[in-house]
This record gives sequence, C-alpha cells and structure tokens, in this order.
Amino acid sequence: MIDFGYKIQTDRQIDYDSNDRQILEFVRRGEPSIDWCMSCGTCASACTAAVTTEYSLRRLIILARRGMNREIVESVYRCRFCGKCFNACPRSVNTRNIVYLMQLAATKISNHEI
Amino acid sequence: MKFDLFVLPFTLGLIFLLGYLTVKYTRWYFRQDKSDRQKVRNGFLSLKFMSALREIFLESLLHRRIFMKNRLLGFMHMSLAFGWFLLIAIGNLESRVYEPTAANPPYVPIFFKFFHANPGTFPLHRVFSFTMDLLLLFVLVGVILAFVKRVYSRAYGMKRTTRLMLGDRLALTSLWLIFPLRLLAESFTSAAYGGGDFLTGSTGNLLGSVFPAESFCYPAWWAYSLALGTFFVALPFSRYMHIPTEVVLIFSRHFGLTEKSKRTSFTEIEINSCSRCGICLDTCQMAFAGGINTIQSAYQLKAIRYHNIQPGESFNCLMCGRCESTCPVGIDISSIRMITRNELNGRTPDPSFTRKPVSLVNQADVIYFAGCMTHQTPAIKKAMQTVFKEADVNVWFMDEAGGICCGRPMMLAGHREQADLMIEKNRSLMLESGAKTLVTSCPICYKVFAKEYNLDIRILHHTEYLLELANTRKIKLESLAGTAVYHDPCELSRDIRIYKEPRMLLGKIMKLAGTGEFEKDNTLCCGNSLANFSASNEVRLSVARDAVEKLTAGGAQYLVTSCPMCKKAFEKVSDVPVTDIAELVSKALHKHQAHPVTVVRKKEPSVALELHGSI
Repeated sequence: MIDFGYKIQTDRQIDYDSNDRQILEFVRRGEPSIDWCMSCGTCASACTAAVTTEYSLRRLIILARRGMNREIVESVYRCRFCGKCFNACPRSVNTRNIVYLMQLAATKISNHEI
Repeated sequence: MKFDLFVLPFTLGLIFLLGYLTVKYTRWYFRQDKSDRQKVRNGFLSLKFMSALREIFLESLLHRRIFMKNRLLGFMHMSLAFGWFLLIAIGNLESRVYEPTAANPPYVPIFFKFFHANPGTFPLHRVFSFTMDLLLLFVLVGVILAFVKRVYSRAYGMKRTTRLMLGDRLALTSLWLIFPLRLLAESFTSAAYGGGDFLTGSTGNLLGSVFPAESFCYPAWWAYSLALGTFFVALPFSRYMHIPTEVVLIFSRHFGLTEKSKRTSFTEIEINSCSRCGICLDTCQMAFAGGINTIQSAYQLKAIRYHNIQPGESFNCLMCGRCESTCPVGIDISSIRMITRNELNGRTPDPSFTRKPVSLVNQADVIYFAGCMTHQTPAIKKAMQTVFKEADVNVWFMDEAGGICCGRPMMLAGHREQADLMIEKNRSLMLESGAKTLVTSCPICYKVFAKEYNLDIRILHHTEYLLELANTRKIKLESLAGTAVYHDPCELSRDIRIYKEPRMLLGKIMKLAGTGEFEKDNTLCCGNSLANFSASNEVRLSVARDAVEKLTAGGAQYLVTSCPMCKKAFEKVSDVPVTDIAELVSKALHKHQAHPVTVVRKKEPSVALELHGSI
C-alpha cells in the first residue's frame, strides 16, 4: 500500500441518539426540576459526603444526561441526604429527590422492572 | 330453644367474623419473636392487664381523647360505641334475667323483642324496656350525627373527612341501617303485640296507624338481621376492623410492645387499628398550607394495609409528627412511615464514607457537633465558638472541617443499614475523645444522638447547654431590647419535648411573646424538613410562609428558633428578622466583655471616622 503520509481515522463522533437515558428519563418523570440544573457545581461544593468520599451530584446529573448509567450506580449510593445541596442550589432543583430517584431507577434496572 | 330462620344472616355473619379474627390474631401472635410473645403472656397475668382494661373502657368505648379535642365528634363516637356496647350488655342481662334456665344462644338477646314481644307480668320488664329504648335512642342520635358529619363535616369543625373505598361504603351503609331497622322492627312488633316503651311504643303507634303492623313485622326483623350480618362480613375488609383491633393494640401497648426498625406483628396491629377518623387530615401542614391531600397518615396507613404504596407519596411527608400527637388511637405513625421507606428501598447502599480519613480525635471535656446544616448558617457556629471561649470550655469542635453526617437523614431516606454504619463510626470517634458532654446545634442530630447512639455521655442541645452555662454563672447575660417569639423545631418537640430550656434561656435575654396555639406539642414545621423528598420548592415555601404568618401574628420583633434548618427556611419568607437562640446569647455577652468578634467590629467605626475626617 502506498504511504500517503496520512491515514483515515475511525469515526470519533458521539452518537447521542444511542445514549441509554433510562435513568435520566425515570428521574425526569418523578422530578422535572432536574432539567433546571445548569451544572454550576454549588451542590458539590456544599456536599457533606464529598468530605470523606468521591461524590459529586453535579457529576451524577451530567452522567445521567450522557447516559453513563454504570458510573451513576457506582457512586449514587454515597449520598448522605443531609440536604445541604438543596439549600445551596441557586436554581431550587430538588436535589435529594433526584438522588433518591436515581437510586430507585438503579434498583429497578437491576430488577428488570424498567 | 328459640329459633327462627331470620336469625341466620346475623348468626352466620357473627361466626364468620369471630373465625376470621381468631385466625388473624393467632397468626399475629405466633409471628412475633420469642421475647414479644413472652411479654404478651406475662402481661395477661400482671397489673398491666387492669390498666389496659381501663384504657379500653376510656378510649374504645367512651372515646375520651376525641371528646377532649372535639366535643361533638367525641359524643358521636361515644354514642355509637358505648351505646351499642350497653345495648348488647344490657340486652344480654335482660334475656338472662327473663329466662335464667333456658339455652341462650347469642341471637336471643339481639332479637329479644321478637321472641318475647310482650313479657306481660314479668316485674322487671318495664325497667328493661325503658332502658333499652333509651339506649336505642342514644345510638340513633349517634347515627344521625354520623350522617351529618359525612354530608357536612364543617359542622364538626373538620375541613376534611376521609375518602371511602368500596368495603368501607358497604360496612358504613349496613352500620347506619342496623339501628333504624331495629327501631322499625321493634316498633312494628310493639304495634302488633304491645310491649313497647316510650320510643318503640310511640313510633309503633304511629307506624301501626298507617301500615298493617303484623305483616310488616317479620320482614323488618329479616332486614335488621341482614344488616347486622352484612356489617359483620364487611367489617374485616373495611376500616371498621379498627373496632376489635384497637382493643388488641391497647393490650399490646400496655404489655410493652413497640415498633421496631422492621415490620412486626405490632405494625400490623397498628395499621389495622386506624379507623380513618380523619382527625390527622386537618392537622397536616402539607394539606392546609401545601395543598397536598393524598399523603396524610390515614391514607398512608390505608395504602400500607392494602399493599398499594406509591413511593412519591411515601416520601412526601414532613415527618413533623403533628398527626401523631393528635391521633386518638395513638398510632406510632412516624415509625411505620420509616419502616415503609426502608421496605421501598431494596438495596443496601455503598458504605464508603470513610474512604478519606476523618478529622483526628481531640481529647476534650465537651464535644461540639455543629451538624451539617449549621455549616450553612455560620452565624450559629460562630456564636457557639464565642460562648465556648467566654466560658473557657475545653471543647473539641468535632465537625469543624465537615464530618460524617449524624445518620438521621439517611434513616429518613430509608437506608437504615447505611445509617447504622455512620452511627457506629461517629460513636467510636465520640467515645475516643473521652468527653463527658456532647453539645449539638442541630435538633436533627440531637434526636438521633439521643435515640440511636446509645452513648454513655450527656447529650445536650445548645439551648440546654447555654442555659446550664448561664445558670452556673459561667457566662453572664444582659438583656436585649425587643420582644421575641420562640418557634419550637419539630425534632425538639413532641417526643423529645425540650420546651422549658429555650424559653427560660430566652427569658433571660429578651421579652417573650406567646405563639398562641402553635407551640410546644402543636408546633408547626418550617417546611424545610429533611424527611420530605418529593415536595417542590413552592410547596415548601408556602408551608414556611404559613408558619411564619401564624408565628408572627402577635407582632414580635424577632422570630427566634433553635434549628439551623428552620432558620434557613424562615429567613426566605419572613419580614421579621429570624435568629437562632445561640446568636442572641452571644450578642447578650458582647456588651460587657471583649471578644474576638467585638474586636473585629470595633474596627468598623474607626474606619468610618477616618473617612469622615478626610471629607
């Protein structure tokens, strides 16, 4: 084969249509305020759980939007439900319910209920 | 033996009911663990049995607790329950006195007038028939009152009344028909054969003048028996299951059974003891301030009983405990709600809270645990630090750089196992410090420390601790201008009942205004409760707005509370300045002593002066 000095890369675009948004959709049905989140990170900076573990609600919501469900299940159970994120949120997102519903969605997915 | 075909519906209904109850209660008894079964067996042989009987008489029959709260409602329940009980008891007595020797199956006293229409020369006949007529009138008044309540509950001061389901409707209709049908049957009998007294005699005369009494008599007895039979069959599947189960509940409670962290037979007894009387509906802030009418205890207990729980509803409760304190049956609703939440969460969460090291333990006399929420109201923790410095206390600020949470929010989220791990970790840190006193600024933490931590050290909320410092002259307080109204945080009220200390402490600093009816056991939730997951911000704000309106109606200049969560909630909606009791205490110190905080403040005027000079 002639070496032209360059090669054709494989496709590296993200296919958003194939995202598995089961968790996001489940949470959205129960708590529409998840859509108000603008990923500012105030919740993560106020977080009690973040002092002792790797945990960030901002990251969880981004993961849900990207459909990265395995990563959500890994860290969503670290929340302490202390409610500081809810007090701090500038958009009044009902943060604790989002975490609770993410946990519920994870359980339902593992039980093949959704 | 006296017998007629029409007694069959009643008799078969009664046999079915007794059989059903026997099977159900026996199963509950054997499903308990060994120690609980022991408690029940011992209870029957002890004095507790007598005190239980007393309560059964006062509550199940007389309905004293309802009567104290609402006279008319109490009278309605009493006339139905106590009246019917006396009707059965005296009816039995009558038939035994009349026929001491004859076999006396249970239907004879119930249908006494059918079998002995006119006892003629029997000497006590007049006394008995008068008493029985009086009692029937008593019960009929109750039925009329119940009917009025169903149609127009506002006449009883009740804004809401519970929605009924099919089983309830069937039981309710048959219950309401029982007594009018008895009146009809006895009246027709009296018209045809005599023997009626002031009530059945006169209605009998009236009816007999219009209808052919003799031919109406027998169908009326059939209808009466059918109504009784229907009620007995419908009872176990309706809310009227509370009638026999409440008796079981009172015995169980007196014998020392309580709710545990998992569902037990006691939970089943409590769930079945709810009569859905609806008293909890009007006390619920989610109803009168938040406009949500599906989550109240009567509905939640119904959903649990019929296996129809919606997580969204179960997690939409403030767990303030207002309904629990008004429940005439005394059901431990908060515990049942917690058990339900635990059951809804299938999975044990990740116990990774110690992945990063927690702050090192300091040896100290006093541990100060500010609590997560206090870190979001820094004025409170600063005030506490000022006071600690002033009183020269050897204190370890345990969660100064943020600690593990106390565990109560995790329990409220239905993750009991995870909460237990957090409790164990915190507990070992506390014990390691060698402290004798644990002070917290957060009532949520206080409650879980007091109830779940099982610590061998004194646990004080900062209101108690500050009062102790003031009383032992460790800190000196001066009075401040203005009047304050004190709001009892839910978690410190009702089952913890810290009412005296904050008021005494506040009384040393400021003039105290009353909160009207909304204080102590009847205090309001701020709306920001951690127990609630589902409620939107709007609902929370309207609950807070309503509470502030009621609290500041007396025109106080400060709204004082002792919970960072309440402070945070009220601040958003209150026109009156909201402050924590600790902040006021530290302010009352400032006047006569030098402090780091005052030093900072002293700089401000001097800067202002310089500016002024340069102009």
